Amino acid sequence: MAYTKRLDGRKFDELRPMVAKAGNIPNADGSGYFKVGKTEAYAAVYGPRELHPRFLQNPKTGIIRCHYNMMPFSGTGTRIRPGTKRRSQEISMVMELSLSPVVDLSQFPNSVVDVFVEFPSTDAGSRCAAISAACIALADAGIRMKDMVTSVAMGQVDGAICADLTYNEEAYDAIVSDIPVAMINGSKEITLLQMDGEITKADLIKSLEAAKDACGKVHKLQQDALEARFPGAGTDKKVDAKEVSQ
Amino acid sequence: MSSEITVEHRAVVIPGQVLAQGMDYLPGEETYREGEQIRSKVLGLANVNGRVMKVTPLSGPYIPKVDDVIIAQVSDILMSGWRVQTGTPYSAMLNVRDATQRFVRKGEDLSRILEIGDYVVGKITNVTSQNLIDITMKEPGLFKINSGRVIQVAPQKVPRMIGKRGSMIGLIKRYTGCKMVVGQNGTILIDGNAEREELAQKAIRMIEEFAHQSGLTERIEDFLKSVVGEVPETAAPSGDRRPRDNRSRGSDDSSKPSKPFVQRNADTPTENTDKAVDEKGSEEKK
Amino acid sequence: MIVNNKAIPSLAKKDMRLDGRGMLEYRGPISVETGITVTAEGSSRVQIGDTIVIAGVKMSLEKPYPDTPEEGGIMINAELTPMSSSQYESGPPRMKAIEISRVVDRTIREAKAIDFKKLCVKKNELAWFVSVDVVSINDAGNVFDAASLAVLAALNNASLRDFDPETFAVDYKSTTKKKLPLTKAPIAVTVYKVGGKFLVDPTTEEENSYEARLTVGSDAKQIISALQKGGSEPITIDDVSAMVDIALEKASFLRKAYQKK
Repeated sequence: MAYTKRLDGRKFDELRPMVAKAGNIPNADGSGYFKVGKTEAYAAVYGPRELHPRFLQNPKTGIIRCHYNMMPFSGTGTRIRPGTKRRSQEISMVMELSLSPVVDLSQFPNSVVDVFVEFPSTDAGSRCAAISAACIALADAGIRMKDMVTSVAMGQVDGAICADLTYNEEAYDAIVSDIPVAMINGSKEITLLQMDGEITKADLIKSLEAAKDACGKVHKLQQDALEARFPGAGTDKKVDAKEVSQ
Repeated sequence: MSSEITVEHRAVVIPGQVLAQGMDYLPGEETYREGEQIRSKVLGLANVNGRVMKVTPLSGPYIPKVDDVIIAQVSDILMSGWRVQTGTPYSAMLNVRDATQRFVRKGEDLSRILEIGDYVVGKITNVTSQNLIDITMKEPGLFKINSGRVIQVAPQKVPRMIGKRGSMIGLIKRYTGCKMVVGQNGTILIDGNAEREELAQKAIRMIEEFAHQSGLTERIEDFLKSVVGEVPETAAPSGDRRPRDNRSRGSDDSSKPSKPFVQRNADTPTENTDKAVDEKGSEEKK
Repeated sequence: MIVNNKAIPSLAKKDMRLDGRGMLEYRGPISVETGITVTAEGSSRVQIGDTIVIAGVKMSLEKPYPDTPEEGGIMINAELTPMSSSQYESGPPRMKAIEISRVVDRTIREAKAIDFKKLCVKKNELAWFVSVDVVSINDAGNVFDAASLAVLAALNNASLRDFDPETFAVDYKSTTKKKLPLTKAPIAVTVYKVGGKFLVDPTTEEENSYEARLTVGSDAKQIISALQKGGSEPITIDDVSAMVDIALEKASFLRKAYQKK
């Protein structure tokens, strides 16, 4: 029995309903929000700011530091005790690696940009939502970046390549692989690649090709969210264009 | 391959967004070329100026520049001066000899001159490649803040706060009678009677909210007029009329002529505030 | 902001505030949304001005305490995340978070707002234990009131899960119509004394320049269930009387926002 129809009725290349926002945390220097299905990420950026302790400082550039955290009630099942866990530490690290190729902090030697991501609710794909939200927050903070990073959890369920797996699909009783991917939007270069499950090389490459399209959809939402931050901007386009040409 | 511009002038663009295709166009500030494409480095407004593609950032930290007047807060007292917070990731140094005219004995308690938490209006005298910053208070218009309130706005919005030739800040000062200082780091001092300080603060918040829109000066004037009624321009010279005599009503203290930076802006008349940002940027390049 | 720290009490003497509000005026908008996450048994998102908190309820079946063999229990925990303010750092909760947890806990517990007996599944063996976590998203001042309101709203939103009658394993994917037995609506309101005057709903700056504060937890019948005096200055009995009056009035004001949602 092949996986011919997805558990929630989506098409194979269809992502769950998504919502993206920018500037949702006023205290932060930049903030973002990304919701896909029941997975919901808030991201806040503070910095560039002074980095302590001193030995972490890099005199050539600023650094980016990510902090991934699930709220105690955000998992299916019992309460998650607050505090650092190996899982969140690892995800924080891969977030840093997935974002740092686009971020340019050379203007700010010895400084740090902190990215905090918190989840009120999760249903698979949380590290991908974290990256998509964090990238909105970084852009909103005015951090120089050569491009946006977008992220989607691809996967293969019983032979079918699917975009944006849910928790139920990850737990489907068949051969399943879960492949979180992050891509630089323009070049489609990969900055996050993890996999657990079982997959052939051919299917892996097929999944990554399919990720391009899925990431494009995420990018569109990121862009709309950042544009919506400045309502009425460019309303005087024509007038200004004239002034400039004079 | 034909060249074309792929964004509208003044449109909001995001990092990585393609602004123009082809070799006929050149990358300007906050943009870069990748192959045939010119792309944005930041979230900002596209600025199409002839063949040069630029982006004016809409957010981000304050970048310290020599001769900028800023409002900074003392965070530590050192051997021969103070460490002050500038609203950048980097603190600045204020040396004793740059802080006061009077002779300071070796070993004298510096907290009697400036205490931790005090705000000063200072001017940046040096910025190194590693962003070590020196500031001074020993110029006219630079002083320790003793009264009033201090509020923070995004540094990108400072040009709009000041307005062309200081028109915006002049307007608020005229209608509220407050002494005001707009630091280039986005820290603003408002000092006057309590009700008028509140009014000035409201005006600032309005500018902040609508900074990326046009027709702001009229809007602010209408607002101020609706609260305090007509105030003749002679009540306090506005930046528009006499840009070189920019003393506000609040700053009677003749030893401290206020607002040298309004004059600085007044000295570089600009078409609109976006250009003000651009011109500052190009100064930086030279 | 030392200059503002001076301005706050001197304005307060004239019944004025830095942001132009009245002394006893809350920031707007006040919003209470519930059922905002599906993973929690109950949840809420509360916004007071720019201050935003999220609360979630988790429940588990556990053995009752020996001294209360027929009762379930409750635990309230507040997290002030580094996301919500540059003042907070990652790590174990600081004093402020602990104080919020404890005072909101007492407000609910001592009011006997939850009928713990109804949480008992099997005497001496199994009862529902309720954990409420409240997390700050943006701390622009007065997380205290926001947290109290959010905890109450999340509890009110909570329903029990199904469980296997044999193994007592909770099915966290199930939903039931059985609500948490919440019988009262106690809310903690903190009144601040600044420049000799009283104010509510402080901004972050105001929270850094007050003389004393009194948190009062009270229910709809104006019965006080928790008190906490804070701040470095002493207060008089007259102060207490005035502050409690304000807190009771503001609690019923916030309760309206809670009931409206």
